Amino acid sequence: MGRYVARRLLQMIPVFIGSTLLIFCMMYALPGDPVRALYGEKAPDPAQIAAIKHQLGLDLPLWHQYWNYLTGLFQGDFGTQIASQRPVFDVIEQAFPVTIRLTLFAFVFTVVAGILLGLVSGLRADKALDRIVLVFTLLLISVPSFVLGFLFQYLFAFQLGWVTPTVQNSRDLGQLLLPAIVLAALSLAYVTRLTRTSVAENLRADYIRTAIAKGLPRRRVVGVHLLRNSLIPVVTFLGTDIGSLMAGAVVTEGIFNVHGVGNAIFEALNRREGSTVVGIATLIVIVYLVASLLVDLLYAVLDPRIRYD
Amino acid sequence: MTETLDTAAKLPTAPDPAPTGKGEKPAKGRSLWSDAWHDLRRNPLFVVSAVLIVLLLAMVAFPSLFTSASPNDADLANHYQGDPHYGHFFAPDWFGYDTQGRSVWARMVYGARASVTVGLLVTLSVTLCGGVVGMVAGYFGGWLDSVLSRITDMFQGIPFLLGSMVVLTTFTDRNVWVVSAALLFLGWTQIARVARGAVITVKQSDFVHAAKSLGASTMRIMFRHIVPNALAPVVVVATTALGGYIAAEATLSYLGIGLAAPAVSWGVDVDTGKDALRTAPHILISPAVMVSLTVLAFIMLGDAVRNALDPKSR
Amino acid sequence: MRGAKTMKWSALAAAVALAATACGGSGGDGGSAAGKPAGYVSIFNGEPQHPLLPSNTNEKFGGYVIDALFTGLVGYDAKGGLTDMNAESVDSKDNKTWTVKLKKGWKFHDGTDVTAESYVKAWNWMANVKNKQANSYWFDDIKGYQDVHPEKGEPKKDEMEGLKVVDDHTFTIELSKPVPYFEYKLGYKTFTPLPESFYKDPKGFGQKPVGNGPYKFQKWTHNKLIQVKAVSSYKGPNKAKNKGIQFKNYSKLESAYQDALSGNLDMVDGVGPKDLPKRKADFGDRALDVPYAGTQSIVPAFYSKPFKDVDPKVIQGLSMAIDRETITKTVLQGTRIPSKGFTPPQVKGYQKLDTDVLSYNPKKAKQYIKEGGGVPGNKIWIQYNADGGHKEWVTAVCNSIKKATGVTCVGDSKPDFQTDLEGRQANKVKGMYRGGWLADYPLNINFMQDLYKTGASTNYGRFSDKKVDELFDKGDHAESLDESIKDYQAAEKELLKKMPAIPLWDYAANIVHSENIDDVKVGFDGNVLLTDITVK
Repeated sequence: MGRYVARRLLQMIPVFIGSTLLIFCMMYALPGDPVRALYGEKAPDPAQIAAIKHQLGLDLPLWHQYWNYLTGLFQGDFGTQIASQRPVFDVIEQAFPVTIRLTLFAFVFTVVAGILLGLVSGLRADKALDRIVLVFTLLLISVPSFVLGFLFQYLFAFQLGWVTPTVQNSRDLGQLLLPAIVLAALSLAYVTRLTRTSVAENLRADYIRTAIAKGLPRRRVVGVHLLRNSLIPVVTFLGTDIGSLMAGAVVTEGIFNVHGVGNAIFEALNRREGSTVVGIATLIVIVYLVASLLVDLLYAVLDPRIRYD
Repeated sequence: MTETLDTAAKLPTAPDPAPTGKGEKPAKGRSLWSDAWHDLRRNPLFVVSAVLIVLLLAMVAFPSLFTSASPNDADLANHYQGDPHYGHFFAPDWFGYDTQGRSVWARMVYGARASVTVGLLVTLSVTLCGGVVGMVAGYFGGWLDSVLSRITDMFQGIPFLLGSMVVLTTFTDRNVWVVSAALLFLGWTQIARVARGAVITVKQSDFVHAAKSLGASTMRIMFRHIVPNALAPVVVVATTALGGYIAAEATLSYLGIGLAAPAVSWGVDVDTGKDALRTAPHILISPAVMVSLTVLAFIMLGDAVRNALDPKSR
Repeated sequence: MRGAKTMKWSALAAAVALAATACGGSGGDGGSAAGKPAGYVSIFNGEPQHPLLPSNTNEKFGGYVIDALFTGLVGYDAKGGLTDMNAESVDSKDNKTWTVKLKKGWKFHDGTDVTAESYVKAWNWMANVKNKQANSYWFDDIKGYQDVHPEKGEPKKDEMEGLKVVDDHTFTIELSKPVPYFEYKLGYKTFTPLPESFYKDPKGFGQKPVGNGPYKFQKWTHNKLIQVKAVSSYKGPNKAKNKGIQFKNYSKLESAYQDALSGNLDMVDGVGPKDLPKRKADFGDRALDVPYAGTQSIVPAFYSKPFKDVDPKVIQGLSMAIDRETITKTVLQGTRIPSKGFTPPQVKGYQKLDTDVLSYNPKKAKQYIKEGGGVPGNKIWIQYNADGGHKEWVTAVCNSIKKATGVTCVGDSKPDFQTDLEGRQANKVKGMYRGGWLADYPLNINFMQDLYKTGASTNYGRFSDKKVDELFDKGDHAESLDESIKDYQAAEKELLKKMPAIPLWDYAANIVHSENIDDVKVGFDGNVLLTDITVK
């Protein structure tokens, strides 16, 4: 088990290098130029642009720029934002905790509500309740998050006055509730559908029949035998989901004025701040990696027969 | 390590039916697929969804059958003419007019082509690409699994906005194909993971071991035994995602990188409609309802097909 | 089974560890947007793109803060006239050498005196190419600019020869050639003084600026808010009538609007499309629409297929095919005012043009296009950036053109402003592009010179016309400001014949504010006059 984890951790290094390179190249491929962006619509004098580019090393070939970035990174230097002249690390340090709070909130919501709804509808497969849940999840899927965001904001904050329309204080869980729900909506639908299918399927399995035949109480059959075995595909999905929740918050964070990773990426992209985008995206990749490691480890928890040496 | 994990994994669903589950059925020699078709025809779920989908496809192919108005005919005199005139079935102003004074109904009808195409195209290509990667990774395991899984990780880390912007600015024409390509580029990883997980669990089943010991070829094992049994979660995610892709096309429009100007799609209209949310919500609701109906139809279809194909649910 | 149990615990532990780091790492974000001190006004703003230096700020969000912290020599009144701020007088006999006398007793917020040296030294620093200031080109009228800002290589000198300190409160500016409207330019926010403390740590100064303006810098929590406090000893005419300002950072107008509605924010100077139709219903007379000196146009790229060697009559025809009245009323919800010329009414030198080129007339439009030889391919494009909320009006303009003339018109959306700009710079515009111009200083000159002069920096349509250039040139060499303005007025009439752009409409600031504040007024540039706001 120790060796397994160590190997997975070692694998992170090539992934880390690969994804930084990938994102670096993508930033390079985008039209527009961060130094030119400093000047807005007016044409600046080329001398000054050249001077700034030279100072930042942006006049070097791509591989050289990447090399400089990478060596900087290994010395703990994420680079500096070109326009604001703030260290990228500051930007990240400020944005990540906010997003992590939001993501965890959304994640917990997805897990609890999704599995509950899925379980209920799976146990009553093809009955009225199942259909209602289906329609509900369907609505969540088919309405894009920006529509859902504006709708919720209008309804719950403005019309009903239950919550503040935007997040004033990112430590206040009550204020994060609305964006978290909007963020979680799509994943919630997936988790519900996956759990439902899995539960409905396993309900017919022999071991459940055996368990019921043994005379085990229904609660134990469902809670221990059924649920545990039905969660494997759900856990797989959730593992990938925590990363996409973090990265996918661009729209939600914009609507609710949450100053997290999504907003930071959006702004950086608009100004073509390469090092900021690469830095943030790389950290998200690391979250993915850790999450997928956790998922693989969780398989073992869910299925006692899985073991690591 | 993964390999150990895999060999040890024996899932509860494993002790289920025999390898060629269908062999026992009376009609001998009938393949898995024709058998499924037999089942499907008698499933009301399937019939309803099929009718819906046929209607949708008719809209995609012959929009002019459903409305006489043109989706791009604008007359600002009709701006925000809010109230839909119910009762005039299929009349141009059945659902009122939008910001530009265009018929909402005509745009619902004509929008089907782009949206359904994007939805189907992305779902199919994502399922194919992601499915193959996931299956190969899950089935062969070992270093191949490690490499493929880590590549998946890498792609998953690309921010949606960055990825779609790069793809969509590389091509000058932002048409249905390019938008679909962008969504494929960003979406295949999800299916790949789900497929990998499913294949790993199925691989451990007794019937796969049995088939292996009987000397079945890798191809045969994969397509006769693994695919049908691992299909369930993949189909669930794929059919669910179909609606997500149609909605994602709307999100691209919201971010300013959706289908280019004269194109009509539900996504473009949902994006436009959000500005009228407080004054003329029907502009937003109409295309959103179309998206929901389409997703409903495909999810029901997916459920039915999966039930018919899944040997376990017999 | 034992193995499984161990596994379970380690997985749990890992999950807990992940969550714990997540919660523990929250030190950096400053948590709450601390409450607002009494008497302060909170307004919508965004994160300034650059450090807060007058010479490096060229966008709205930073500009708001800079205007609050710094006061320059002159300012503009509501009608586009000049008023003296820190300057006692700015005089010139020949438009070439300008003598500036400063008011006495002015101090920076750190207590040091504002002297002639504070200006001269600062301007030399700002203009120097080594310091890479975005606004350095504003100094290029001054004699010796080439020495500190050569086109290539290192600067030859540290000081511009044209700037001379006479005494503590007097200095002279010598230009390389006469500029009759130079005093107007002096009102731009780059022409400010800097305190001596700046030179010790320019980088730190950008995070914690010390100015001489009506407000004093208090704090900047990145991505959250910037707070400034009214200075009680301020000597200028624009002394603050409130206790201070909180610039709150929002990424969306819509969310700021919601906050203003629920009383969490005092003022937003922009309304998103969703709320536009409802702004009067939501805010009543606290929803204001104030026109200001900004224009929007569509600009033909004169190298593109449809417009290469085009007869201006065709462009005039296209202009007449646009139903400005209806579009501003419906699609734009009354937020713009149809243009009556190339300059907006808020600037000095605005004239009423006797023309029908800017009014809707489908019949004449068709006729003009026909007479002008038609549009090659009978198709035009309008390029715009999709992240600026331009899609709806571009579509409406296109529909209007199509309907009136039969010329196919398609919106060509670029994902964001950078992509749009790159297309313009590289001469890759397919037909027309969306042009917009906000006044730097309230003179008609500002709306023509940078946009339509051959080779001008913002002339992305690559318009070039001898007659127009001549008239511009004449204006630049006029004896007095009034004559210069008149020459440019003549040029504007010429522009109407040559049509380097199709003017569409002028901007209005759409402001909504809470019940807590009053006296919300708008300057020529569309920015709210913060010092005038009173708190109830």
